[in-house]
Amino acid sequence: MAQRDYAMSGADARRAVETGLAAAEWYHTDIPRKEMKALMARADQPAIRDTGLLFGCMALFAGLGIALWPSWGSAPFWLAYGVLYGSAMDSRWHECGHGTAFRTRWMNDWLYQIASFCMVRNPVQWRWSHARHHTDTIIVGRDPEIQAMRPPALGRIALNFLGLLDAWQGWTKMLRNAAGRLDPDEADYVPEHEAPRLIRVARIWVAIYAATIALALATSSLLPLMVIGLPRLYGAWHHVMTGLLQHAGLADNVTDHRLNTRTVYMNPVSRFIYWNMNYHIEHHMFPMVPFHALPRLHDRIRADLPAPSPSILAAYREVLPILWRQLRNEEHFLTRALPPTARPYRAELHRHAPGVPAE
Amino acid sequence: MPWIDACAADEIEPEDLIRFDHGGRTYAIYRSPDDAFYCTDGLCTHEQVHLADGLVQDHEIECPRHNATFDYRTGQALRAPACTALATYPARVENGRVWIEI
Ligand code: FES
Repeated sequence: MAQRDYAMSGADARRAVETGLAAAEWYHTDIPRKEMKALMARADQPAIRDTGLLFGCMALFAGLGIALWPSWGSAPFWLAYGVLYGSAMDSRWHECGHGTAFRTRWMNDWLYQIASFCMVRNPVQWRWSHARHHTDTIIVGRDPEIQAMRPPALGRIALNFLGLLDAWQGWTKMLRNAAGRLDPDEADYVPEHEAPRLIRVARIWVAIYAATIALALATSSLLPLMVIGLPRLYGAWHHVMTGLLQHAGLADNVTDHRLNTRTVYMNPVSRFIYWNMNYHIEHHMFPMVPFHALPRLHDRIRADLPAPSPSILAAYREVLPILWRQLRNEEHFLTRALPPTARPYRAELHRHAPGVPAE
Repeated sequence: MPWIDACAADEIEPEDLIRFDHGGRTYAIYRSPDDAFYCTDGLCTHEQVHLADGLVQDHEIECPRHNATFDYRTGQALRAPACTALATYPARVENGRVWIEI
């Protein structure tokens, strides 16, 4: 088996289109329309409550951090603020990108813009790349959001726990876009008429960073950057920790989310930060269901899914040995058993998945 | 274009839609919250996904795959990733049946 080619314009991308893997029909658990409608129903209230709590906590922690600066006593408050800025904003970006966070559109769009800024992900570009991640989840050469490629770049993943590569890429992309340029992968999934909007956002962000840096220089203090910019690095670890569990170690090139996606039970704080995206098979199967209804959806379809990992720790115990083995043999992956109540995996949905399933 | 008897009006719940296939093509028929009926093409203009599995809210249909939204009265695309409008067709109700002109 040749090495995987993850480029959007590479050999695997062409093969996925030729074999019908791209934009394919995917497996879904059957849910009657009436029930599905109730699960998809939108509401403002849960997201207003959580957003109030999120911004309230950010203001409180940043306030305490500033008050105690530069003593080490401020460190715990920066860590808490950082996780909300560099990780909770990832899940807000994601949910608002789907448009499912609030019922009211302007609220969605408003939080999406703020979260995109915090995560340094251009709101125009990422809207399109995430659409592709949903059409072609973990299809090599088609999905631009694969975190653990095969063989896994463990050093890269480790650096991202501090946001080093991601944020760096985000900032360089921002500068390139602000100069009016798109790279070839971006051009593959962003329609041409969206480019001016993408460039305008990048220019606004450059202005915000320039003002922050100017303030830091004028006051000879790191403090402005502790509030804007740096938390993308020192607070990134939680979203990388939870995000890596979504698909790592599972099959690629399949069209059944039960084979390439993982649901993990998590503690309430992580679930608040991650906005229930730990129910990840459920999210991929039914992206119309808002974050607040995912626990209900999980209860409804769990009999058709592999058992969830019982905790973050348990999920890492499962994932790390597989990634380790993939260093030597990238064909290695995990196929989880289905409960007897589930509809079995259909061979034709994973005939393109090469390799050696580990049971 | 001919008027086609598509379905009984009460087959569609208020604020919902159904899929209707005819002559090798697929359509979506909507019943708005104020009990008016509308018809559009049945496939999303982004990636040809059936809108019948989507969500109707007020006068908008949200595509089940990437959450693009359209105004089903005019077909206008309201939210990325859809950029192209949906084709719309006249619809009316007569004696409890929904007729569409396609
Ligand atoms: S297929 Fe409808 S939004 Fe993408």
